[in-house]
Amino acid sequence: MEQSDADVSTADLPSIIELSPDEARRASSEAVIETGAKRNADKLLEVRGLKTQFFTADGVIQAVDDVSFDVGYGETLGLVGESGCGKSVSALSIARLVPDPPGKIVAGQILFDGIDILKLSNEAMRKLRGKEIGFIFQDPLTSLNPTLTIGYQISEAIREHMGLSPRAARDRVVELLAKVGIPRPADRLKDYPHQFSGGMRQRVMIAIALSCDPKLILADEPTTALDVTIQAQILELIQRLSHEFGTAVLLITHDLGIAAGMCDRVNVMYAGRIVETGTVDTMFENPQMPYAWGLLDSLPRIDDIRGAKLRTIEGLPPLLISPPDACRFGPRCRYVRDICREDEPELTERAGEGHFARCWATEPGGWIS
Amino acid sequence: MITYLARRILWIIPVLFTVSIITFTLMHAVPGGPWDSEKRLPQGVQNRLNAQYGLDQPIYVQYITWAGGFVQGNLGPSYRFKDRTVNDIVSDGIWTTVQLGVMAFLLAVFVGIPLGIIASLGHNRWPDYLSTSVSIVGISTPSFVLAILLIVFFGVQLRWFPTSGWKGPPNWVLPTIALAGFPIAQIARYTRASMLEVTRKDYIRTAQSKGLRDRAVVIRHMVRNALIPVVTILGPILAFLVTGSFIIETIFAIPGVGRYYITAIGTRDYSLLMAMTMLYAFAVAFMNVVVDVLYAYIDPRIRYS
Repeated sequence: MEQSDADVSTADLPSIIELSPDEARRASSEAVIETGAKRNADKLLEVRGLKTQFFTADGVIQAVDDVSFDVGYGETLGLVGESGCGKSVSALSIARLVPDPPGKIVAGQILFDGIDILKLSNEAMRKLRGKEIGFIFQDPLTSLNPTLTIGYQISEAIREHMGLSPRAARDRVVELLAKVGIPRPADRLKDYPHQFSGGMRQRVMIAIALSCDPKLILADEPTTALDVTIQAQILELIQRLSHEFGTAVLLITHDLGIAAGMCDRVNVMYAGRIVETGTVDTMFENPQMPYAWGLLDSLPRIDDIRGAKLRTIEGLPPLLISPPDACRFGPRCRYVRDICREDEPELTERAGEGHFARCWATEPGGWIS
Repeated sequence: MITYLARRILWIIPVLFTVSIITFTLMHAVPGGPWDSEKRLPQGVQNRLNAQYGLDQPIYVQYITWAGGFVQGNLGPSYRFKDRTVNDIVSDGIWTTVQLGVMAFLLAVFVGIPLGIIASLGHNRWPDYLSTSVSIVGISTPSFVLAILLIVFFGVQLRWFPTSGWKGPPNWVLPTIALAGFPIAQIARYTRASMLEVTRKDYIRTAQSKGLRDRAVVIRHMVRNALIPVVTILGPILAFLVTGSFIIETIFAIPGVGRYYITAIGTRDYSLLMAMTMLYAFAVAFMNVVVDVLYAYIDPRIRYS
C-alpha cells in the first residue's frame, strides 16, 4: 500500500512526462517553446490578466476582469468574496471548464508548472485535468453521478491518467478512501452516492480530486453545502492531505473565517476583480479595503448579543455588464468620494509583504489611514 | 423484488376487470347490434340469433357469461365471422402483429435514441437542426402518408420492396419503417430534451474535471442518466406497437389483428372488440410493470421491496 503510494509521488517533477504517453510530453514542451515561458522556480500557477466573459442575450458579462495571481508549490491560496464576484469562474478558467457557450476566456495567460494552459490543445488540456489539477466542487450530492458506484467514480481518473490495471486501480481507490477517512473502504466500493451522507460524499470528492496526486487542487466552496460540524472535519482533511502530498490548493470561499484558518495568502475578489491581496496575517491585522472590512465585520462573533441582527454589507454587487470606470465597490461604500466615482483605483502596495489593495481612500495620502 | 413483482403483476387483474366492465357497458350502450346490415333481417330471425348468442339476456348476465369464458381462455364466438371463434381470429393474426410491432419498436429505439443524442451534442448547430427537423416531420406526418410515400418511392419507383402481403423479410421493410416513423420522432425528442437536461448537471462537470475523454463523459455519464425518463415512454410505445395498427395493416395488407380494432367496432362484433380491448389493456399494464423493473436496473436509487 505505502509502496504504491510512494511510486506515484515520485512522479514529482514534471510528472506529466513521467506518466503520460509521448503526446503529453510533446504538448507540454511545445507549449513552453511556443510561449517562451520559463518555469518560475517557486510558482506553480501564475494567472496574468485573466478575462473570462459570458456572452448572453442581455450583453457581455465580464465575470472575471483582468485578474492576476500566483499560487506557489504546496501553497494554499484563498479566493474570497460574495456570490457572483467571479471566484468560481476564475477556478473553472484555470481548468478550462468554463461552459462554452456562453462563456469564453477572452484574454490573459495561465501558466501552470511552466505550461501555458490557454495555448494547449483540448487533448493536452484533458490530460492535465484530473491528473495535475484536481477539482472539489461545492455540492457533493449533485457533483457525484447518481448511477455509478463510488469505487468506479474514483477509479475513472486513475485508470485514465495513470494507466493502472483494474486491480491496481482498485487497490489505489481503497487506499484513497481510507486516506479520506471512510471506514471499511473495501466494502463501500460498490455503494452508490445516495448511500453516503453529505460529509462522506465530500470525502469521496476529495478522494477523486487527489486520485492522481495532482499538483493543484481547486476547491470551490468545498464546505458550503455541509453542516457546520462536518465543515470543520472536511477542511481539516483538505489541509492535512494537501500538506501530506505537498499539493497546492486554491480555496474558494465566501467565509473569511475559513480562509483565515486554511490559507497562506488571501485574495479578496469583488465584481470580477481582485480588490485586495496579502498574507493571511497582514490581511486580517490590517485590511486596506472597505469591502474586506465589511466581510470581516459580517462574521458572527462569539460575543454578539443573542438575537441581535447579523451585520451585513448593504446593497448588492453590481451587474457585470459594461461596468463603469469607477470603483466597483463605490456604490456600497461608506467612505466613497467623488474620485471613487470617476476613476477606478489600481491595486497598489500597502504595508506588509505582498500586500496590495484597490482603494483610493487607503492609499498613501487617502482620506483613511 | 420477487414479492414486489408478484404484487405488481397481480394488480393487472383488477385493472383488466375495470377496463372490461367499462368497455362492456359502453359497447352495449352504443345503438345497433351485430346483425345490422343494409338488408334488415326479419325480426324473427334477429330474435332467434339473439337467443342463440345469449344477447336476449340482461346485460350483467351477458357480462358474467363473457367473463367466465375469458378467464378460461375462451374469448367467445365472433358475431361476424360465423365459422370462426375469436380465439382463432386472434391466434391467427397476433404473432404477425407482434412481430411487426417489435421490429418497429427496435427500429424506433435504435434510430430515435442516437438521433436524440446527436441532436443534444450538436445543440443549436446543424446536427441539432437536422435531427429536430426529422423529428418534427416524423411527429407531424400521419402514418398513412408516410406509408404511401414509402410505397410510391421504394415500391413503385425503385421497386426495391414489395408493397403488400407478409410472405418474407422483404415484405417487412416498408411497414416496419412506416410504423416506426412516429415513435422514432417521439423517442428522439425525449432523448434530446433529457440529454440537454443532464448536460447541465454538476456531475458532468465533475466527470470533465477528471480529464475523461469526451466519449467517456457522454456514454458513461450522460446517456445512462438521460435514458431514465426515456424508458418511461418506451413502455407505452411498445404496448402501442405490438397491439397493431389498423392503418398500416390495412395499407400493406398484413394479416395481423390490428385492423380489428376498427372493424370490430363498426360491425358490433362484441366478443372480438372485447378481446382486442383486453389485449391492449394487458399490453399497457404489463409494459408498465416492465418499465418499473427497468428503472430499478438503470437507476440504483430505486429499489423495490
